[in-house]
Amino acid sequence: MRGAGRVAFSAETLARARELMAAYPAPRAALLPVLRLAQEEFGWISPEVEEHVAGLFGLTPAHVHEVVTFYHLLHQKPVGRHVLSVCHTLSCWLMGAEGIIAYLKERLGIEEGETTPDGRVTLLRAECLCACELAPMMQVDDDYVGPLTRERIDEVLERLD
Amino acid sequence: MPPRERLLTRSFDLPDSHRLETSRRSGGYEALRKALGMAPAAITEEVRRANLRGLGGAGFGTGMKWGFVPKETGGKPVYLVVNADEGEPGTFKDRYLLERDPHLVLEGMAITGFAVGARRAFVYIRGEYVRPYRILAGAIEEAARANLLGPNILGSGFDFEITLHRGAGAYICGEETGLLESLEGKKGWPRLKPPFPAVVGAFGCPTVINNVETLALVPRIIERGAEWFAGLGTGTQGGTRIYSVSGHVRRPGPYELPVSATLRELIEEAGGVRDGHRLKAVVPGGSSAAILTAEEIDCTLDVDGLKAAGSMAGSAGVVVMDETTCIVEALYVVARFYAHESCGQCTPCRESTGWIYRVVGRILQGKGRPEDPDQILDIARKGVGTTICAFYDGAVGPYLSYIEKFRPEFDHHIRTGGCDVQPGRVPVLTTH
Repeated sequence: MRGAGRVAFSAETLARARELMAAYPAPRAALLPVLRLAQEEFGWISPEVEEHVAGLFGLTPAHVHEVVTFYHLLHQKPVGRHVLSVCHTLSCWLMGAEGIIAYLKERLGIEEGETTPDGRVTLLRAECLCACELAPMMQVDDDYVGPLTRERIDEVLERLD
Repeated sequence: MPPRERLLTRSFDLPDSHRLETSRRSGGYEALRKALGMAPAAITEEVRRANLRGLGGAGFGTGMKWGFVPKETGGKPVYLVVNADEGEPGTFKDRYLLERDPHLVLEGMAITGFAVGARRAFVYIRGEYVRPYRILAGAIEEAARANLLGPNILGSGFDFEITLHRGAGAYICGEETGLLESLEGKKGWPRLKPPFPAVVGAFGCPTVINNVETLALVPRIIERGAEWFAGLGTGTQGGTRIYSVSGHVRRPGPYELPVSATLRELIEEAGGVRDGHRLKAVVPGGSSAAILTAEEIDCTLDVDGLKAAGSMAGSAGVVVMDETTCIVEALYVVARFYAHESCGQCTPCRESTGWIYRVVGRILQGKGRPEDPDQILDIARKGVGTTICAFYDGAVGPYLSYIEKFRPEFDHHIRTGGCDVQPGRVPVLTTH
């Protein structure tokens, strides 16, 4: 269930969450790791997911929401199967990040912040990913890719399922 | 020049440099063995005399920082927190250390834990760093299996346990008290100080927070001694550090140099400015450092050398710009970063970073007003020192220096509505 109606962790995720909560001097410290688990399970952090996580920690949903909105790796709306985050900060900008973003928009047929209609790719801008030696670069799901050229982008898009 | 000492990067190019076996072949964990036979206070004293200064950005004396942990903690544990939340634009050295020589970092952590009386450490690693996280997690497992971490390390009676904690995307969590808040499961709003983390840090307990690279230098100091280490640097900062060089150079990458080297030498190390171009400006210490012009690169790269040059060593992220760079647009890009990353806690920072970003955008769009540059300078200056953390003072570095050193470019944009560096180019403006 992707954010529709009430949600609850699978038994396995719940066990993992409780393990994390016991691993710190204070259980609340496990909030970010548990939200990450939630995102792995549900794809994004919906208000229902926030409520479920809040219940687990004995926090108010407002507290969890405050945390979720603070961190940009926690998605507050559904994303595609793959997320491309293109760095646009100083070094990447110097090396042509804007041209890279324009080309990706053209290839994908979407604007920044959007997901392709087939749910395959979400395109985002990112502040410095600290891989300036690879500029211009982007993060493709877990991996850093750069220096980017049109050819390199074509290859990357080709490989995505 | 004397033979180049490589303290941090010597294993970077070895095959499987991240593996314990590789590390041990080149003496890995021998410094830990030696340290475990020393008195903890003697280790702190050695680090203090080595003039090791924090390499995350603030440049504070490491030995002195360790010395702030109270002798009597009232039964509370002491924690070591490792700042691996690398985020300063232009910086990538910690990523290299974590990926290429994680055991050097772990060894430095264990020695530091022993010195300050911490049996538990947390590594706060930025959420985007997936590969470094996996490599570090693997290294921790390897070291634990070899009794180099965990209970009773090498039979010394010293226990040391490490928890890896991943961030979730927020530059401000690199600020040490924002990091602690985040570690505790909250939004990363920096804390009012005092109390300083050495007294009240993670989970209300005394805490030492050090940057990855700072810790990676600790084993070298134990191996070869404070005098040797101090002698590699200047009178007020010892050793080498990794400079992250990027932008318009032939060979961007990490370069390890003694802190007594000059900015000119560093740029030459990176192959110089790209073919057919000439140097215009350099940001020497991450985006929060004041920009230097091509005429200002003969300064040394240590904390005090760059301070004397009117900038700062910061995180040693060196961004090189050639003559094709529009400084107005560069400031726009940097101002966007600060507007995006301001945590919103303090009014001067929250409001000024957003306002300055919008006004620089207006200038770039050809809608600037003649009074805009002076007004930015005025607003920027008024906020200095009024906020809880150093974020805003960092943002002011570029606001002031880009305008003061390249004022004619700003005035040209305002007067003509266009760019004199790249006439006809249409800048891409984004919404924040």
